[in-house]
Amino acid sequence: MKKRPTVGEILQAKGVSRRGFLKYCATTASILALPPSMIPRIAEAIENARRPSVIWLSFQECTGCTESLTRSASPTVEGLIFDAISLDYHHTLQAAAGEQAEAARHAAMEENDGNYLVLVDGSIPLGNPGFSTIAGISNVDMLKETVAGAAAVVAIGSCAAFGGIPGADPNPTGAVSVMDLVTDKPVINVPGCPPIPMVMTAVLTQFLTFGQLPELDKHGRPLAFYGQTIHDRCYRRPFYEQGKFANSFDDEGAKAGWCLYKLGCKGPTTYNACATTKWNNGTSFPIEAGHPCLGCSEPNFWDDGGFYEPLSTGHFDSGEKLAGAAAAGVALGAVAAAAGRRRQTKFTKEG
Amino acid sequence: MTTPQEVHTPASPFHGNVRPILNEVLHALDKLLGTNESTTIDLASLPFGPGELEHLEALLGTGELSAKLDALGTSSIRETAYPGVWWLEHRNAFDEVVGRYLEITRTPEILSSQDADIIAGRAHLEDQFE
Repeated sequence: MKKRPTVGEILQAKGVSRRGFLKYCATTASILALPPSMIPRIAEAIENARRPSVIWLSFQECTGCTESLTRSASPTVEGLIFDAISLDYHHTLQAAAGEQAEAARHAAMEENDGNYLVLVDGSIPLGNPGFSTIAGISNVDMLKETVAGAAAVVAIGSCAAFGGIPGADPNPTGAVSVMDLVTDKPVINVPGCPPIPMVMTAVLTQFLTFGQLPELDKHGRPLAFYGQTIHDRCYRRPFYEQGKFANSFDDEGAKAGWCLYKLGCKGPTTYNACATTKWNNGTSFPIEAGHPCLGCSEPNFWDDGGFYEPLSTGHFDSGEKLAGAAAAGVALGAVAAAAGRRRQTKFTKEG
Repeated sequence: MTTPQEVHTPASPFHGNVRPILNEVLHALDKLLGTNESTTIDLASLPFGPGELEHLEALLGTGELSAKLDALGTSSIRETAYPGVWWLEHRNAFDEVVGRYLEITRTPEILSSQDADIIAGRAHLEDQFE
């Protein structure tokens, strides 16, 4: 394997000062949802990290995930990440095409055998190999060939993580997720439709920084970003606890910014970082724009009931019952917050 | 130096997400005075409704000292009207905010000249004699 320069060497060559590096590390800690006390460890790890080879495969997808990634709110971080990783294959972003592109993929696999990362967006059709091919190779064959020598696989977006919209009923292409097919390598799921740009770059940064995979939840999602529900961190949650709900998109409650639970918000059952990381350079997120969360980072969100039906339709038909649910929500939120603190403490101690 | 807005009256003008941070700052100041331990609060990790972040900034006001850092984009480091409470804002090369922090400390670390930079600068100075 070719010896790659460390990130510290790359930054030094670019004339980045130590202050600039500390600023970069502070931003990195922030996007990794690590406590600021971890900054010295991040600085040490990043200085000595060697840029890993990354192969990005796009299957049954809409390119929304790549669109999202390229709109990362932190071009400084993103720029450094793309300087700090070697993105050796990506249909949309690479200059090469046809045989040259496939040759680049094979070269990256051979030179970095056992050490490269494979990122996948899009689901994989099993119904007929001809539903989706690249260079005449079926998606399933390309996936299996490419992950054979990989260190780990990152499934980007809900299609790669859970089958997503191609896998929605009646699933005409027989679409499956990456983890349905890859069982002998670590698979990290970064779902969302699309995922938050900073979350995608942060997962790469975590691997680059610590050389290890993040702690995952039961769906294979990094706990740092999917450890709490949208509802747990929603700025409108105080209204939920007060029993103040919007009942339509144009009533007084909606205008006052009250809780969107009764308009179908899936925030209480959706694990993602939208409420704090936000979108469009941290401008806002769907709930802040007045629309309920659709739950796009959860498995089968497309088939999981109406977007505008409350989570427990039929169960929360009275204010009294909603108040009871709110009380239960407070208790659950407290447990989730305590669990989050425990995780953070654990990470700090390990550091 | 601007006078900070009265903290006690507008405790929850929006969604109630500002007051807990002020409490955290208060405890962090006690820690700084008691054990000389600094605290950093990453504002990006906290929920804010529309206008609440600006409200927090207005509540803390502006103190006597501010500095501008030009490294991988600009950063502003500003002491608030409450001594020991610093508002840090990091921007990237495209002038987009990439990090926003409250540091409760005597001097933010990023203001200090760093050994690596001093060594590199010294070598550069030495070259001037050749």
